[in-house]
Amino acid sequence: MKVTMNVNGSERAGDVEPRVLLVDYLRTNLRLTGTHIGCDTSSCGACTVLVDGEPVKSCTILAVQAVGRNITTVEGLAQGANLSPIQVGFHEEHGLQCGFCTPGMMLVGASLLERNPNPSEDEIRWAISGNICRCTGYMNIVKAIQHAASARAAAAAEKPGVPVTAGAAGGGE
Amino acid sequence: MATQVHMHGRIGEPIKRKEDARFIRGKGNYLDDIELPNMLHMAILRSPHAHALIKSVDTAAAGAMPGVVAVVTGELMAQHKLAWMPTLSYDTQAVLATDKVRFQGQEVAAVIAETKYQAEDARDAIVVEYEVLPAVTSPQQAKESGAALIRDDKENQKDNHIYHWEAGNQETTQAAFARADKVVRLHTFYPRCHPAPLETCGCIADVNGATGKATIYMTSQAPHAIRTVFALVTGLPEQNIRVISPDIGGGFGNKVPVYPGYVVATAASLLIGRPVKWVEDRNENLISTGFARDFHMTGDLALDKDGKMLALRVHLDSDNGAFFADAQPSKFKAGLFHIVTGSYDIPTAHVTADGYYTNKAPGGVAYRCSFRVTEASYLIERLVTNAAIELGIDQAELRMKNFIKPEQFPYHSATGWEYDSGDYPKAMNVALDQLGYDELRKDVEERRKRGEVTGIGVASFTEVVGAGHGADFDILGLRMFDSAELRVHPTGKAILRMGTKSQGQGHETTFAQIVTEELGIPAADVAVEEGDTDTAPYGLGTYASRSTPVAGAATAMVARKLRDKGRKIAAHLLEAAEEDLEWENGRFFVKGSPDKAKTIQEIAFAAYTNVPEGMEAGLEGVHYYDPPNMTYPFGTYAVVVDVDKGTGQVKVRRVVAVDDCGVRINPMIVEGQIHGGLAEGYGIAFMQLITFDADGNCIGSNFMDYLLPTAWETPRFELGETVTPSPHHPLGAKGVGESPTVGSPAAYVNAVIDALSPYGVTNIDMPVTSDKVWTALRAAGVNE
Repeated sequence: MKVTMNVNGSERAGDVEPRVLLVDYLRTNLRLTGTHIGCDTSSCGACTVLVDGEPVKSCTILAVQAVGRNITTVEGLAQGANLSPIQVGFHEEHGLQCGFCTPGMMLVGASLLERNPNPSEDEIRWAISGNICRCTGYMNIVKAIQHAASARAAAAAEKPGVPVTAGAAGGGE
Repeated sequence: MATQVHMHGRIGEPIKRKEDARFIRGKGNYLDDIELPNMLHMAILRSPHAHALIKSVDTAAAGAMPGVVAVVTGELMAQHKLAWMPTLSYDTQAVLATDKVRFQGQEVAAVIAETKYQAEDARDAIVVEYEVLPAVTSPQQAKESGAALIRDDKENQKDNHIYHWEAGNQETTQAAFARADKVVRLHTFYPRCHPAPLETCGCIADVNGATGKATIYMTSQAPHAIRTVFALVTGLPEQNIRVISPDIGGGFGNKVPVYPGYVVATAASLLIGRPVKWVEDRNENLISTGFARDFHMTGDLALDKDGKMLALRVHLDSDNGAFFADAQPSKFKAGLFHIVTGSYDIPTAHVTADGYYTNKAPGGVAYRCSFRVTEASYLIERLVTNAAIELGIDQAELRMKNFIKPEQFPYHSATGWEYDSGDYPKAMNVALDQLGYDELRKDVEERRKRGEVTGIGVASFTEVVGAGHGADFDILGLRMFDSAELRVHPTGKAILRMGTKSQGQGHETTFAQIVTEELGIPAADVAVEEGDTDTAPYGLGTYASRSTPVAGAATAMVARKLRDKGRKIAAHLLEAAEEDLEWENGRFFVKGSPDKAKTIQEIAFAAYTNVPEGMEAGLEGVHYYDPPNMTYPFGTYAVVVDVDKGTGQVKVRRVVAVDDCGVRINPMIVEGQIHGGLAEGYGIAFMQLITFDADGNCIGSNFMDYLLPTAWETPRFELGETVTPSPHHPLGAKGVGESPTVGSPAAYVNAVIDALSPYGVTNIDMPVTSDKVWTALRAAGVNE
């Protein structure tokens, strides 16, 4: 089947079997391998991408279900050489170790900050509770998202009126 | 005027990680991200039964399916003498089953096809006829007379017993028990769990038909050892085997063993002449690859009336699954379990262990621990808390009374270990202060008067890591040294290559910092490479917290070698005598004339442009480090829990973790590791369980049944530290990655048992789930 969708700001067209999962389409057909596969049962969140700005586990939907949607993967977070606040937060706060859950965690974090720019620790923990990390014990992931929230707030204070995104480029507003 | 260099990244600086740059951009290069031209995909058919004879395997329909290139059976592997392979514990393991299947999930056949989807379709079309046999699912069943014989493939195997092993002294231990005032017994089962790194295991085998070179990309924590094992098993010349471990998405011991899939994929690539990728799915990972624990333990602790420990007696039955494939390099059958006297000065001890075959997955990996030290630490720490409760002595006080004293180091334990250094009372005091223990104890009493169920658990673990000195530790004869090769370029930048392999531990940063400390090159200027056996020096890999104790030591030693050469070059450049030079902050200067100096960067340039007469050019070297002893990290963890009487739910209110891992190279990375281990310890204590029904069906075969902690239930951690350097490590470092997984399960469970002790509850086996707690409370008549 012919599929077209907007991936990280570009229109991408392809031809897939109807049964192909979105995660396999992104990884195999588009070679966007930053989206990882961890469990196949929608339990771990390593495959999380944003569909129209909302976190979706891309092993849970078919590529054909994403036709016409705006997809953001980890590769779409940075604007050229400029890292998004969420990426900076994960680096500064040591929010990653093996890096396998990191793309999904960052996308969920970025999406959370779009909806709720100043989340409490409990709100952050609840937001990322669909994503499993085996390395960090989550302490520094929480701090990384808080770091990104502060950076967004500081940027907003510096340039009032200019919208600051957490990096969910291509996501629906 | 001599140049001043800012040596950013010295030991003790929490510098940010260098490896982050690619991971936060989604540009990591994990196994499944690698796509080779013309690559095929493999899917493995696994046994649905725990124990069954194979009557027939029909591959005709599968072979005719679209995209299928080959179907591999045990029979085909047997023709190439590859149906069986050796394990790391000197047993054999089936690669593809030929005679019968011995656990649910065992590899039976494999399909190689153009795409992953096609391979999986055809796999489902293979027809296997089984004759189901009774399944043995515990050591207790395995030793019953008349139990089904699992390993009938082994000529002299008449029952399901694998080994008997002992440590310590039976006679003196018995005598001490005879004069004890009090004997406290704990029988506990440390259940089977699985490391479950977020990335599963896999490989891509690429055998070049023209050159005969086999390049195998593999999720391996020990690529060099794997290469040698492959050479020995397949007969391929070792220079024609290149194992590459790319970025690894967590290991925790799961990625140490050789799995059948690796062997089948390599054989298939050899036969077909195209690259073959195999990546297991989560179900396959949980049901077939290296499990952990599964120890049934009974401990007896003898004490005098004042609570002084006199002797320890332990017996364990080990459930090893269908093949004895414990991934451990020691000469001791039960790994390092005989560290079970822990942090205590126990004059005599006797440990006995028996291993049994069962119809369960093989493995016995060191899941974020040093070869069974986790089970040992759990047993002694649970036993001490139970002893304190029985004797009516505070559990912290009983520990203090019996700790090995700082002046007793190096300490020779009753079971044969030589502890390098420690200050256990100090770590305990820091933990108790940080927790506010005395106040909390009073608070617990107040709450209990109000009917609340609440308690405090303490655990003071001692680890034994850094395997190991070659006399006691080897993998199939390969001594457990590790290595570092350091090459400084003319511009003063460097590349460090090591025999280890990071799986998230931050080696690219930590080991660069050791070069910074020893040679003055900023960490940002030191590239660290691991995992490619064609380029890295030989090493035994990363597990058992051995990278910093062993390869970290090798890095310090090779940097010092280069510094020694640098001194000669500096003397030449400064026209001074070598002995008149002093080293400081990345430069040599003439004593008394600090302005007369040469930086390491100037020395590096001279090494290629202006060496003294007769000196070999270049600035590079390699060091193989065989540690003189293990290192012994330790600490005290304290946990506060509240139990809901109505539901049995346990809420962890506080976790204080004081770790002493010797000198900390990058404190940020150390703390990150401790956080992660405390979370895994929480999972093991309360959630993570691999179990089996009577037919040997694995319960816990996916992430909906095998529960891992999320951010929501994982407690907040409060860390503290003491620093007692290792006297034999060149930097005083001890290793830390596993301390929290080793130390914390007992602390969590001790807190629950302390909370339930007013109701006479003395034990709940892990995982301590709400239903078990609720049942225990109900049995004590206290449910609301």
